[in-house]
Amino acid sequence: MRIQLDFGAVLAEWPLLLTGIGWTLALTAAAVLVGTALGIACAWVRARGFGAELAPRWLQVVVGGYVELIRNTPFIVQLFFIFFGLPAAGFKLSAETASFIAMVINLGAYATEIIRAGLEATPKGQIEAAVSLALTRLQTFTRVVLPPALQKIWPSLVSQIVIVMLGSSVCGQISTQELSYAADLIQSNNFRSFEAFIVVGVLYLLLSFAVRHLLNWAGATFLFGRR
Amino acid sequence: MTLSLNKRTFALALATSALLAATGAHAQTALDDILKSKVLKVAVQTDSAPYGFVGTDLKPIGLDVDMANLIGKKLGVPVELVVVVSASRIPALQTKKADLVIATLGKNPEREKVIDFSSAYSPFFQAVFGPKNIAVKSFADLAGKSVGVTRGAMEDQELGKVAPAGVDTKRFEDNNATIAAFTAGQVQFVALGASVAGNMMTKNPQLSAEYKLLLKDSPNFIGIAKGEDKFKAKVNEIIADAKKSGELEAMAKKWLGRSLGDLPL
Repeated sequence: MRIQLDFGAVLAEWPLLLTGIGWTLALTAAAVLVGTALGIACAWVRARGFGAELAPRWLQVVVGGYVELIRNTPFIVQLFFIFFGLPAAGFKLSAETASFIAMVINLGAYATEIIRAGLEATPKGQIEAAVSLALTRLQTFTRVVLPPALQKIWPSLVSQIVIVMLGSSVCGQISTQELSYAADLIQSNNFRSFEAFIVVGVLYLLLSFAVRHLLNWAGATFLFGRR
Repeated sequence: MTLSLNKRTFALALATSALLAATGAHAQTALDDILKSKVLKVAVQTDSAPYGFVGTDLKPIGLDVDMANLIGKKLGVPVELVVVVSASRIPALQTKKADLVIATLGKNPEREKVIDFSSAYSPFFQAVFGPKNIAVKSFADLAGKSVGVTRGAMEDQELGKVAPAGVDTKRFEDNNATIAAFTAGQVQFVALGASVAGNMMTKNPQLSAEYKLLLKDSPNFIGIAKGEDKFKAKVNEIIADAKKSGELEAMAKKWLGRSLGDLPL
């Protein structure tokens, strides 16, 4: 059989591809905003020198269990549990909501450990300085500790976010119309699987570059300033 | 700059055409290749009982597997089963992972553009199934309802043709995921092959699901790579013989509990 590439047949389905890009970006954006916030909260609970001495014991156990559970199970199992398993317990979620929740809890767990590393790297003197300036605990955390901590770990957090974005390709399995779903649908309509996956592969590559640069810029601009 | 770019493009074009030439010299040899390598690779599914599913010894069994073994026996070569899902059946042929696809494969014009089909070997139909308490008289009644379907399966394409604009079609990777979505209540209806749906309903009586609308009566064909006419003629000969000798009828009785019926050539 002769291999003839026909990208036209795939590109003609551009509305599907566009919808796919839209969903992939929307899921990623939601996961970044909520997942990072969740990560910061959980990192505070787990970090020694901050919440680990203040947070109640049960909360530490819950957060610790959450982090271990998510970091030691595959994403697709978490997704299927939420989509196929939870309805048995009475929580019926749409494919999109299930995908969103799965991505948030997944990123949240990884972000927890990444951010915790940043928090624990804060020099003791800085906290003592803040206390001697009569800053409250909350002020110390949000103004003195968090910005430099985020700055230190930002590259690893951005990498994790990109991994989660690429991981969203699994969400197509439960009929969320993200980019891989578009590729699968296109190739099952016209059997141009090679071309469809080349096109989508290139699109993922571009999306990853774009997201990485956007986040590097956004972090420096809104969270911790440029060095 | 322009020159170096042109050079590179030229080199790439040269490499590509060499690749095409290498892969192009490959017509009409499938049958000889199989007889020479002494193995017949057959793509089957394991998520569409009773045609193809996993038996108690964790090996694929079913009508399609019997059919694969029958063809292997007649060709005098052992059969190697390649397990595929619905959407990867045709790519398995295109990428030569399999010589034949025997996996409840229906025939339609879109598929005929990329692969060839043997004569039909077993009966099959697709339909929409749903709960007894939602009345559905025609496809128009499905508007505003969610229907689960296996992506790339015949049901997907047939549903696309007849479903009104308001239908929320949810596509899943394989029959198991589609059924899981229905049993979990994630979709209100499912479009499935009749036998698969039959199994689902027997195993889940609590769903009180029933047959709603016929999508298509579509017997199963064996998929063969495009242009392998010699191989196709051989497979057709085996099917015709098996039909005459009653072997196909016995297979249908054994797995489907029904007669072969009238199968198109």
